Amino acid sequence: MRLVVDLNRCQGYAQCAFLAPDVFAMHGDESLLYNPEAPAEQREDVVRAVAACPVGAILLELTDEDMAGMVSQDTVAGAGAASASGGAR
Amino acid sequence: MTGERIRDGALEHLKREGRIVIVGASLAGLRAAETMRDKGFAGSLTLIGDEPHEPYDRPPLSKQVLLGNALADHTALPRRRAIDADWRLGVPATGLDMTARRVRLGNGDEVEYDRLLIATGVRARPWPNEEEGSLQGVFVLRTRDDGEGLQRALADNPRRVLVIGAGFTGSEIASACRERGLNVTVAERGGAPLVGALGGVIGEVAAEMHREHGVDLRTGVMVTALEGDPSGRVRAAHLSDGSTVEADVVVVSLGAQRNTEWLAGSGLGAGPRGIACDAGCRAFDIRGIVTDDIYVAGDVARSPHALFGYQFLSLEHWGNAVAQADTAAHNMLSESADRRPHLWVPAFWSSQFGVNIKSVGVPPMGTEILITQGSLAERRFAAVYGYQGRVIAAVTFDNCRWLPFYEHQIESTAPFPPPFATVDRRPEGNKPLPADFPDPSVPTHGPTITLSGYSPADRKMTFTPGR
Repeated sequence: MRLVVDLNRCQGYAQCAFLAPDVFAMHGDESLLYNPEAPAEQREDVVRAVAACPVGAILLELTDEDMAGMVSQDTVAGAGAASASGGAR
Repeated sequence: MTGERIRDGALEHLKREGRIVIVGASLAGLRAAETMRDKGFAGSLTLIGDEPHEPYDRPPLSKQVLLGNALADHTALPRRRAIDADWRLGVPATGLDMTARRVRLGNGDEVEYDRLLIATGVRARPWPNEEEGSLQGVFVLRTRDDGEGLQRALADNPRRVLVIGAGFTGSEIASACRERGLNVTVAERGGAPLVGALGGVIGEVAAEMHREHGVDLRTGVMVTALEGDPSGRVRAAHLSDGSTVEADVVVVSLGAQRNTEWLAGSGLGAGPRGIACDAGCRAFDIRGIVTDDIYVAGDVARSPHALFGYQFLSLEHWGNAVAQADTAAHNMLSESADRRPHLWVPAFWSSQFGVNIKSVGVPPMGTEILITQGSLAERRFAAVYGYQGRVIAAVTFDNCRWLPFYEHQIESTAPFPPPFATVDRRPEGNKPLPADFPDPSVPTHGPTITLSGYSPADRKMTFTPGR
């Protein structure tokens, strides 16, 4: 999966680092560093992080590989914020 | 008269079966393409890019990638939607025929367009001495390949890294080196890091951050020569103060050059300062007449901004590329009365030495600065820049949640100094200080915003390399 954070918009609330700590990490009090191409097994955590960002700064594109392991009745909260065609904003 | 506009059907025809060509396949080019498809453009879309890679994100290259937290070849940009484009990657555009509406490519091909978007961006300014610049161990940092090479060189544990130029990129590189435990020297021609972008008051804070983190910061010096060993590896650098720095890795971080050479002789208003366009992103030709079919977006554009005295601004900002691409794409597919101006308020961020630096507005226009909140010594503060009695810009260090407030102050041309007290005002915030920007006629490596006057045909600019 590919992601980019609009760091102009980001205000360092750290929700993403809390929900997907293997992909997002605070660097100091306010800076965010993230892995722009997180592995498929992080999908659930990342989708949660996208949905939970208070300023909607994370753009996520899920690839076919990310969708492969997805069960049909996905229970991830806020999964609607991301889709195979990309786009959470 | 009814309110209905007279349409000649040309726009509908363009949207249905027109040919749009985008030169520049990075952030601005990609986002423009997505917006065009969003707006129902069903014709052919060609993206031309000189790099062989699909669009990728550059900011991580000087941060996550150098720290080893992300791979340089894993920074491809997520797509907002499918764009069904003909990608021409790894081949540069080499010429433009405005009359025949044709773009020439480096491989001899020609691509015809009905509308052209130019988003060719900038490239790293190379070391002025080509022979020295090609020594092994000498890097610039702009592309994915640059990032990969530099990351690998840092992973080899060089004895010392020399960074030439302490703009944002140079400072971020120095920060990453220190975090990796590497010895690093930074040579900066100005009086402090970041002075071109944020002025001397903030530059002094940046200088202290460098030194506190163990950077050997040398200011007011130029690197006069790089020296290689017999095998062609860089070994040392000679400085204008007579000193020598031994280093096995040298990163040349002297700002950017606009990719406009391919337009020489085309008749378009393009030069070393970028391509002049109107607020609606339409390019000017060299006569100062705006074109109808050529648009510009991103780092290569320079356009007038109503909030900043209609001066032409060139913005090397991620957010500008996204916003201007969106406006250009909208306008390319709109009747003239439906076009929008690009009125994005400049904004950028930098992460260095564990501090989040963010800014809005145009700091280099500021003549005064007021520390409105927090304290410089604590590296947590907000400061506003004043210009002719109004707020023109703001900067925060680890205090970014206040930035939207200051952005609104800029947009509403609020008075400077602010006529109210602010939370956490310290004694140092009682009086404005001179913002202390270097003389604008002395070019610096990294202002990130360039004010370039009022004339679309202005080609005056000389860069004096550091020697």
